[in-house]
Amino acid sequence: MRVLITLIRRELGSFFSGLGGYLIIAAMLFLTGVSFVDIIEAVNNDTIHMPLTELFFGSPFFWLILLVVPTPVITMRLFALEKFAGTYETLMTTPVGDVQVVLAKFAAAWMFFAVAIAPLLGVLQLVHHYASPGERFEWWTTASTFGGILLIGSSYLAMGCLASALTRSQIVAATMSFGAGLALFLFSFLQFSIGTQPGCLAKVVNHASLFGHMEDFVRGVVDTRPLVFHLSLVGFVLFLNVKVVESRRWK
Amino acid sequence: MSSQEPMIEVEDLTKRYGRHAAIDRISFSVSRGEIVGLLGPNGAGKSTIMRILACFMPATSGTARIAGLDVFREADSVRRRIGYMPENNPLHLDMRVREYLKFRARLKGLAIAESRDRVSVVMDQCGLSEVGWKIIGTLSKGYRQRVGLADALVHEPDLIILDEPTIGLDPHQIRAVRQLIKELGRHRTVLLSSHILPEVEMTCHRVLILHGGRVLAADTTENLQRRMSDSGQVVAEIAANPRELAACWDGMEGVEHFDVTPADGLYCRCALTPQHGVDLRVRVFETVLARGWRLRELTHSRHSLEDIFVHVTRADREEEEEEEEGL
Repeated sequence: MRVLITLIRRELGSFFSGLGGYLIIAAMLFLTGVSFVDIIEAVNNDTIHMPLTELFFGSPFFWLILLVVPTPVITMRLFALEKFAGTYETLMTTPVGDVQVVLAKFAAAWMFFAVAIAPLLGVLQLVHHYASPGERFEWWTTASTFGGILLIGSSYLAMGCLASALTRSQIVAATMSFGAGLALFLFSFLQFSIGTQPGCLAKVVNHASLFGHMEDFVRGVVDTRPLVFHLSLVGFVLFLNVKVVESRRWK
Repeated sequence: MSSQEPMIEVEDLTKRYGRHAAIDRISFSVSRGEIVGLLGPNGAGKSTIMRILACFMPATSGTARIAGLDVFREADSVRRRIGYMPENNPLHLDMRVREYLKFRARLKGLAIAESRDRVSVVMDQCGLSEVGWKIIGTLSKGYRQRVGLADALVHEPDLIILDEPTIGLDPHQIRAVRQLIKELGRHRTVLLSSHILPEVEMTCHRVLILHGGRVLAADTTENLQRRMSDSGQVVAEIAANPRELAACWDGMEGVEHFDVTPADGLYCRCALTPQHGVDLRVRVFETVLARGWRLRELTHSRHSLEDIFVHVTRADREEEEEEEEGL
């Protein structure tokens, strides 16, 4: 545990010791702001009978800005950079377990992600402040929305972690995890075609649809199904990640 | 654990990458308190051996034990006992020196207070006290090397493994690092690799010469030199008539071969090859004295490790060529 905390501190520190981490946050902040302005404008022109959170999180723009694009950028360095720089060798020759290394890297990426999306709270506060009393949302809607983003984000981060462990090149790592994340995102669109028809396949599609998951969360509904879906996805991907790290010692 | 038990025990160690064997059935052992050098050209398998001993990767076959512990099955215990500095000394360049060493000490299982004390000790030992707050990325290569060494030492390991510790340093820094390694060797076992011969010659008690993944020679530096010095020459510069000199050497007992060449002025340079095991120096001096010649130089040319290295690897190469011809 002691070692795990030491490792997490180091990983988090590496995000903030250079410009890289701040750049990621700045870019996310800027793009969130742009999409926010865009949505507010749309709302001003039309009367939409829909809670603002739902409108915001229903837009593909949001998905790309908060999940699909930044997560590969956050995770690409985790293993690939260490392998490239050679510090992976010094790390793996200390009495540190493979599981600890994987968990620490994932946890650090997750914490960084949480910090990076935190400014979104300010955006929501703004909406809350200026919305007419009837359209204001409750604190738990905000909480579950954030929980939802962090949950879906953890799946994305786990995939990025795995991709980073597979290569020495950060670019390759980012491309791989971006591809996987985009696939999961685009798969969710099947909800609108296959998902509307009866049958087994529709059930699967609807279960795995990120939009479906997020829809619940923005309404303040915390369903165990998406919770289990994402936690098991994270568990499985991190398990693969540990195996990849272990494979160095396979004969 | 008895102190008689060897620190490193390697038996029939082989590492293959596909069909290519990076090291091929290597066996050697290192006792406690020794400084041993792995010497060989690039690609001889030095780093591979070190990586296996540091539990970074497994061997294809064979066993390696450190302090009686198997490097594959008891990797965690082994890692606690060794301080390893890989080739090119990779460091986290964004961290400060003290911060980095503390981080490493914590990873190696030291408690907070303990790590603070040990970091101060090793920083002192490696001459890093003045740069503790500097970011590693801004340090010179010499200082970075010291940070790497301090990292290898921080958890008081029994065995220190250093892969090319002086590569890329300037002569001053090389001296400092060498001195440091020598000091370390007083209390610990050190295994270091190098392709620079004088370095191994100066710092190590014993040398393993590697070539093409095999151990060609393993002995103390003195023994290796002695082995070669049998064929060493005695060189004397004497002011005398070359013909007289030649006649003199011709009649001298124990001289197998001689060569007289005129040097500057009245002096002649005589290179005498002795018969096996004969030391000609005293004989030459007495002859000179008896004849009333003037002597200005008398040396016994000792072979450096460089000669030994070239000699040993050349023999191996010839063997290989013969094998190839045979095919």
